[in-house]
Amino acid sequence: MAKSNEPIWWSLFSAGGVVAALLVPVHILLTGIAWPLGMLPGDALEFSRMQALLSHPLTRLYCFIFISLPLFHWAHRFRFTLVDLGLHGAALFIAVLCYGAAIAGTIAAALILWS
Amino acid sequence: MANSTPKGAMRLEVFRYSPEKAEEPHFQTYEVPFHKDWVVLDALNYIKDQSDGTLSFRWSCRMGVCGSCGVMVNGVPKLGCSAFLRDYYPNPIRVEPLEHFPVLRDLVFQLDSFLDKLKSVQPWIVRREGEKPVSEGEYLQTPAQHARFKDFSMCINCMLCYAACPVVGMEPHFLGPAAIALAQRYNLDSRDQGRPQRQETVASHDGIWQCTFIGQCSAVCPKHVDPAGAIQQAKLESTIDWFKEVLWPWGGKQR
Amino acid sequence: MKPYVRPMPATWWLKRTPYLLFMLRELTSVFIAAYVVLFLVMIRRLSEGQAAYELFLNGLRSPLAISFHVVALAFALFHTITWFHLTPKAMAVRIGEERVPPALIIAPNYVAWVVVSAAVAWILLRG
Repeated sequence: MAKSNEPIWWSLFSAGGVVAALLVPVHILLTGIAWPLGMLPGDALEFSRMQALLSHPLTRLYCFIFISLPLFHWAHRFRFTLVDLGLHGAALFIAVLCYGAAIAGTIAAALILWS
Repeated sequence: MANSTPKGAMRLEVFRYSPEKAEEPHFQTYEVPFHKDWVVLDALNYIKDQSDGTLSFRWSCRMGVCGSCGVMVNGVPKLGCSAFLRDYYPNPIRVEPLEHFPVLRDLVFQLDSFLDKLKSVQPWIVRREGEKPVSEGEYLQTPAQHARFKDFSMCINCMLCYAACPVVGMEPHFLGPAAIALAQRYNLDSRDQGRPQRQETVASHDGIWQCTFIGQCSAVCPKHVDPAGAIQQAKLESTIDWFKEVLWPWGGKQR
Repeated sequence: MKPYVRPMPATWWLKRTPYLLFMLRELTSVFIAAYVVLFLVMIRRLSEGQAAYELFLNGLRSPLAISFHVVALAFALFHTITWFHLTPKAMAVRIGEERVPPALIIAPNYVAWVVVSAAVAWILLRG
């Protein structure tokens, strides 16, 4: 049995878990609940304000991390969950699918944010 | 309530399997007198003495230190000597062999895979240059150094953690909680220098990386070893090692 | 004379509450991923111009969208709480012989969470 390369995925999983734990709840609250229910000031998500916010390089970096790391967190967790639900035969295929999806999402985020 | 057990008595539904009969296992119901200081092991011994001498089960110290009498009580892994009837009375108790092990007979299961896993982590002090001679005295260890691994040394090999862990059930090659806690016990021992050797087994895919931190191993452990903690610590340490090896490949391996 | 191997059903996690809670904990990652994908879509719409963006925002007002976010928030909070309580397990912090009580490691996580959330809200609303 050789030492595994799991640490790379576990690191991404952990980093994603921290980002998700700290940042996802407030974002869901603001964009998904408070704003649609009218609890935020009128111009909160207004187009030109958001565009201006997003033009800042730090905002783009924040968004990239906010999207990419939780995707890797999901990929690692979901991969093991599917195995836990009985799909051990397809373990390698599932791993490729999950991490592949996270990588695709990361590339999509980079393209949308920086081109 | 139909089929109610007379007052002062408890019903046990016990898993029975005879390998010499080509039959599926079945449950046999026994009635034992209820005593508020009796444990499941007392009930099993009462059955064996008074009702059914064919019932087979392991036990020894009857005080929670030998690790022999592990059984499933209503689906939860417990030491038979530590599960009190009064916590279940007046409801019936279902007693089964520890989950995730092949059953040899009744409540006795085959534990070879467990012993092999323990052995595979080299659970002894490993010195790089061999032992120092007795004339040079003992290896000294401070209380603080001892505290680092003490909890992980308290394992009584009762296998409740293996019965509680679904990953053990789904992946038979998974090293499992007790074996990894045992590896950590030696890795954290200041007298030991064997961590790099153990990593081949511990840091493999069937080692720590199969664990999904369900945490039930630590929840059922009668000696508060916290194998789940041992595994997560090993994951963090192995990850740090991995990055060091990737980013500084010229660095020599430390202890 | 063969040992009897008991089959393990794929529904093992329904048998006991701790296992069910574990599955729900793992499921949180799905809702979190779904939300960040939606977030990416929002950014994409933003780059496509005002009309596309406002169409997206309007979609957020639908009962389906709001329900999704309420459920997602519940799962996200479950992730946050379980994450904070589990991460100290990966580190055995000791001062001399004494183990640092886990609460001392967990509490700063909550503090950081409140501070960071407040910062995000402030930037989004007033920044």
